[in-house]
Amino acid sequence: MAKLKYDKSGRLLFTREMKKDYTILAPMMAPIHFHLMIDVLRNCGYHFELLDTTGPNIVQEGLKYVHNDACYPAILVIGQLIDALKSGKYDVNKTALVMTQTGGGCRASNYIHLLRKALEKAGLKQVPVISLNISFLESNPGFHVTLPMIRKFIAAMVYGDALMLLRNQTEAYEIHKGESNALVKKWNDYLNNQFNHGKALSRKQQKDNLFRIVKEFAAIPIKKVPKVKVGIVGEIYVKYSALGNNNLEDFLREQGCEVNVPGFIDFGLFKVDNRLDDIKLYGGNPVKYFFVNLLMQYLLQMQNTFIAAIKSEPRYEAPPPYAHIKELVKGIVGYGDKMGEGWLLTSEMLELTESGYENIVCAQPFGCLPNHISGKGMIHRIKALNEKSNIVPIDYDPSATRVNQENRIKLMLAVARENLNKELAGSH
Amino acid sequence: MKVGLDIGSTTIKCVVTDDSGKMLYHSYERHYSKIVEKMTALLIKVKNEIVHGDKAALTVSGSAGMGISQTCHLPFVQEVYATRIAVGHLIPDADVIIELGGEDAKILFLSGGTEVRMNGSCAGGTGAFIDQMATLLNVSLDEMNGLAKQYEKIYTIASRCGVFAKSDVQPLLNQGARKTDISASIFAAVANQTIAGLAQGRPIEGKVLYLGGPLTFLSELRASFDRALKIEGICPENSLYYVALGAAYCSATEIDLDKALESIRKYGSTGNFLSISPLFTSHEEYDEFCRRHEQCKAPRGDIKAYKGGTFLGVDAGSTTVKAVLLGEKGEVLSSMYRSNSGNPIPLIKDYLLSLYSKYPNITIESSAVTGYGEELLKNAFSIDFGIVETVAHFTAAKCFRPNVDFVIDIGGQDIKCFKIRNGAIDNIFLNEACSSGCGSFLQTFASTLGYSIADFAKLGLFAKHPVDLGSRCTVFMNSQVKQAQKDGATIADISAGLSVSVVKNAIYKVIRVPDAKALGRNIVVQGGTFLNDAVLRVFEKELGVEVTRPDIAGLMGAYGAAVYAIKKSKGKSSLIVKNELENFKHEVRVTNCGLCSNHCRLTVNIFGGNRRFIGGNRCDKPVTKRSAKSELDMYAYKLSLLRSYKPVAGPRGKLGIPMGLNMYELLPFWYTFFTSLGFEVVLSPLSNRELYIAGQATIPSDTVCFPAKMMHGHVQALVDEGIKNIFYPCMSYNFDEHISDNHYNCPVVAYYPEVINANMRCLDGCNFIHDYVGIHRKHDFPHKITAILRKSFPDITFPEVHKAANAAYRAYDEYMSNIRAKGQEMIAEAQKRKMPIIILSGRPYHLDPEINHGIDKLITSLGAAVISEDVVSCKVKKFKTHVLNQWTYHARLYAAAKYISDKPDMNLVQLVSFGCGVDAITTDEVRRILEESGKIYTQIKIDEITNLGAVKIRLRSLFAALEK
Repeated sequence: MAKLKYDKSGRLLFTREMKKDYTILAPMMAPIHFHLMIDVLRNCGYHFELLDTTGPNIVQEGLKYVHNDACYPAILVIGQLIDALKSGKYDVNKTALVMTQTGGGCRASNYIHLLRKALEKAGLKQVPVISLNISFLESNPGFHVTLPMIRKFIAAMVYGDALMLLRNQTEAYEIHKGESNALVKKWNDYLNNQFNHGKALSRKQQKDNLFRIVKEFAAIPIKKVPKVKVGIVGEIYVKYSALGNNNLEDFLREQGCEVNVPGFIDFGLFKVDNRLDDIKLYGGNPVKYFFVNLLMQYLLQMQNTFIAAIKSEPRYEAPPPYAHIKELVKGIVGYGDKMGEGWLLTSEMLELTESGYENIVCAQPFGCLPNHISGKGMIHRIKALNEKSNIVPIDYDPSATRVNQENRIKLMLAVARENLNKELAGSH
Repeated sequence: MKVGLDIGSTTIKCVVTDDSGKMLYHSYERHYSKIVEKMTALLIKVKNEIVHGDKAALTVSGSAGMGISQTCHLPFVQEVYATRIAVGHLIPDADVIIELGGEDAKILFLSGGTEVRMNGSCAGGTGAFIDQMATLLNVSLDEMNGLAKQYEKIYTIASRCGVFAKSDVQPLLNQGARKTDISASIFAAVANQTIAGLAQGRPIEGKVLYLGGPLTFLSELRASFDRALKIEGICPENSLYYVALGAAYCSATEIDLDKALESIRKYGSTGNFLSISPLFTSHEEYDEFCRRHEQCKAPRGDIKAYKGGTFLGVDAGSTTVKAVLLGEKGEVLSSMYRSNSGNPIPLIKDYLLSLYSKYPNITIESSAVTGYGEELLKNAFSIDFGIVETVAHFTAAKCFRPNVDFVIDIGGQDIKCFKIRNGAIDNIFLNEACSSGCGSFLQTFASTLGYSIADFAKLGLFAKHPVDLGSRCTVFMNSQVKQAQKDGATIADISAGLSVSVVKNAIYKVIRVPDAKALGRNIVVQGGTFLNDAVLRVFEKELGVEVTRPDIAGLMGAYGAAVYAIKKSKGKSSLIVKNELENFKHEVRVTNCGLCSNHCRLTVNIFGGNRRFIGGNRCDKPVTKRSAKSELDMYAYKLSLLRSYKPVAGPRGKLGIPMGLNMYELLPFWYTFFTSLGFEVVLSPLSNRELYIAGQATIPSDTVCFPAKMMHGHVQALVDEGIKNIFYPCMSYNFDEHISDNHYNCPVVAYYPEVINANMRCLDGCNFIHDYVGIHRKHDFPHKITAILRKSFPDITFPEVHKAANAAYRAYDEYMSNIRAKGQEMIAEAQKRKMPIIILSGRPYHLDPEINHGIDKLITSLGAAVISEDVVSCKVKKFKTHVLNQWTYHARLYAAAKYISDKPDMNLVQLVSFGCGVDAITTDEVRRILEESGKIYTQIKIDEITNLGAVKIRLRSLFAALEK
């Protein structure tokens, strides 16, 4: 074990010594994205390992060590980490954990503290926890979020969004089952290799890669048949994590749907834009505005490249630019609603409805505070604006049963199929 | 021919029609979770007797049919969708369908934009809920329906969850309310819940159909819906079979019934479920276990031979009544354990009468009563002492293990656990929000599976593969059990699995300890549920300790009360004697208290001989007629201060402010600001039940906290008053009080105006100002708010606003210093009078009496002073917490906890709104801060309706601990 050092408040630090031979465990959320992001962190010189564990023991460990009224994502993420530490696979004296922290007004900013309390209860006090954030919340001598790291992260996020979107739009119609997923795998490996050699990160290389990815997907033979198109929105963890949403995407695919899961880029833009909107709404430092705006512009450029790449093949539907997403929600939810998924959640539902994915699963942990407002709270309004929208809110928590959730989703799908058949009959 | 099968959560329904849709056969039966068997039997019958062949078009529907149809490749249609198809065929002009099932509630809007709504992850207000309530009242569903016909009054009962309703119904029963009124109230609650929870603002009108079991069988439930909706709904012929009919109508392709039967048979035996190690591996192990526990026995005496004084202890619990008669040395002479059937009075009367007549020579020297029915019984029979449950249980536990560290009691619907520190009750854990994992839980399952509880529990002892069921709500445990059965688990495996679930729930959800060390070494377990050896075994295994289970585990409350009676005996008991008992009368009258604005519904029990008991009151006024003026209550003071901001007529006309959530603190700010700008600031009235109901239908998320839900009523009240401009701003940030890392509002407080705006259509003709406002930036605020206000009032100028803003900030500061000064004054007064001081901590909006249910008054009636957290939070410098301290209101909780840590006469009680996600974090941290300095942490969960009984237990135990 490395020498344990603490900061003034008594927080266990991740030291330079630990950086050398500690393995850092990260919980899973969105597989395509997270694999790429972990590659970026490895490329920055850390020994990261992404947990792809599943199984009932994760939630059991979570319930044991986390306040049971805490949100479901906290229970799962902490459960997954503790389950891994107790699995015997890792030397607990040479292992650290990583957790993201947004610093927003949602209780998610406190996950890391819940994790530390859980470690203490589990007798694993010696395991340091690294906060991954861009709000300067906690610093560690052995771990630094650097500008190059942020740049690489953004690149990984864009690649992830592209692969996810193309996979979803191709897989539903592919003639030879499995081709799309094989291509995702191929690019994952390829990009991993590139990252390790410091490549695929410059703007030029990114652009080239994105266009190549789109081209290769477009080469997969497909047969377009009318399918029910379903969008998934919600609290970020249960939206993406199969562990959190009981394999929702797979379930929908088994039911013969094309699935659309809005990507990470808009969420990133939204979180950065919040800082600008805060200054616009309440006043604030113009210097801060200037620098945040630089980051915003950089991200917007990335998004433009991404959209242009998707649009290079007419068979793919590109997402609209951020400006359109923001425009859609105007007059419905204010831009000041920034905690959790904030106004973006409402906006994604509006956008999905607009672009033909009017059947929507709005996934949230039971009792998710921001979703009372911009998820469940807005469904009525969205429906009033566009009668086509067919939204089902689904709660996820340790005691909700899968049968119950799937029954409600099936109801949404029955209505969706009826609408699809009507539409088909009308077009003939 | 077409076959429709509807496999619901509790019943299986089958319909066969000819190709024109004419119904040829129908059947309806309970399946007792034996789905494969029932389905097979039905299909064979249909095949041989109706279809007379092996080909028919078949479609399955229903929640329990989903999995089986998928695996066996049978056509499936979702049940709500099937209902719609059936109604389309049979009653095409219907406008709305209301369908209640075993675990589901649904509303379908047909005309004017089809919409289907289904209950979310809570089974409140469904058939299962009504079943639970009938069990609680100890009547059959038919009897319940009959009772409801004769109702006179409707009580308010929460039907969101059976558990909440129980906590409403139980006190009513204990206070002596009539079963007729309660039955009708339960139906009314179901109707309200369905309408509010599912309609979500959409009006239910036109031709309304009632479908499904409960609405078919219970005429009074239909009547309740009729009353609530002000319509006359129709319960059509075959109302039970609409789902099955819809499924039949959907059947298009013919299938081979023999093949279907074959695949169903295979489905029944997958044999794959998650299991844990057996409870006992051998009978020897079990015998050894029994021998060890048999040693712990209460002394017994022979009542016939006994000479000397005797002592009576009574425990009127939530589901059972227990009594124990002790001799002078604590030996048990006689005992009684009965289900309370909703009214403990006749049971105790009979018990006493039988004692007096069988043993005319005994004299009872002293008596004590405990439990939910404590006050009622104490008054009815003039029992000498009433003590709080925790004290009774502790007293009893000490008799068996004098150095006891921890007591856990699992009863019918309660789990009560407490730690002992320095010979006093320290930390109390009660299951407030959920009754899953209690005795009645096992009972319910035993009876649905057709066993008695004792036999059922025994089955689990030697189960080979106990099922891992997790711990969850009773209602949803059903689906889990069904799943396990489907996967081949035996009844024994399930019985053991349920015992495990009970224990895990108690340890991890109620007590929340990861290991036994935290509980200490001497643990006494008691309560009827622990008489079940399986539960006891799992408990010992899970914690890895050997615990003490007295042979009178089920009687410990009564035993403790009797021991207490011995200790406090004055030699002569006030208990009523034989001839008084023979002429014992019990009458109940219901009335409303008129002594304050709460208008509590009082139940007045009148017994013979001038004894009476008033229940349902939240304060002492109706009993003592004493005025509350002299009481030291900051909550009352703050509330009266806020209500003193009266409208002042102004040139700009009326501006409405809904009095809820953060307005409970920011009112002085906004009132001054707008009054200074020449508006007449009108507030919505004080909250009450009617106000809440008026806005209830527009609440989109049924799991949001009650204070937020209340906002709908306040806005509605302002609109109804004809106010055209309503101000309710969104605020991400609150004032920075420099005791925290950030100064956010919680997401609900911050953005609830958005929900109001998007869901309350009554605002369409109003100017609802709900822009984002940052009062935390004093310098920028006047500029920003000017721009906002000029959108509605173009004549407003910056200088006016600037002046108003300055006045507003001043008014807010004055208000805060006023309450802080008053609070200090009350603290000084309390210290002078040597009264204990309770820092009642929560959020500013917990001042609302409809939200806090008069808990402040309850505390003052127990003889303590109530101080709010903001009085003391400002006296602490910023310190390091173990959580991210980022919300203004919540930071005060940590600061208040820190402040009292070295004040011996102060204790903290935290109010927590049910569903408050943020408090999952704050409660743990406040507890940590308090326990670090050896203080007792007391948490009270409050909701739409709150069980003041549980609150009383907590508070009285706290005071009992302080006395030591």
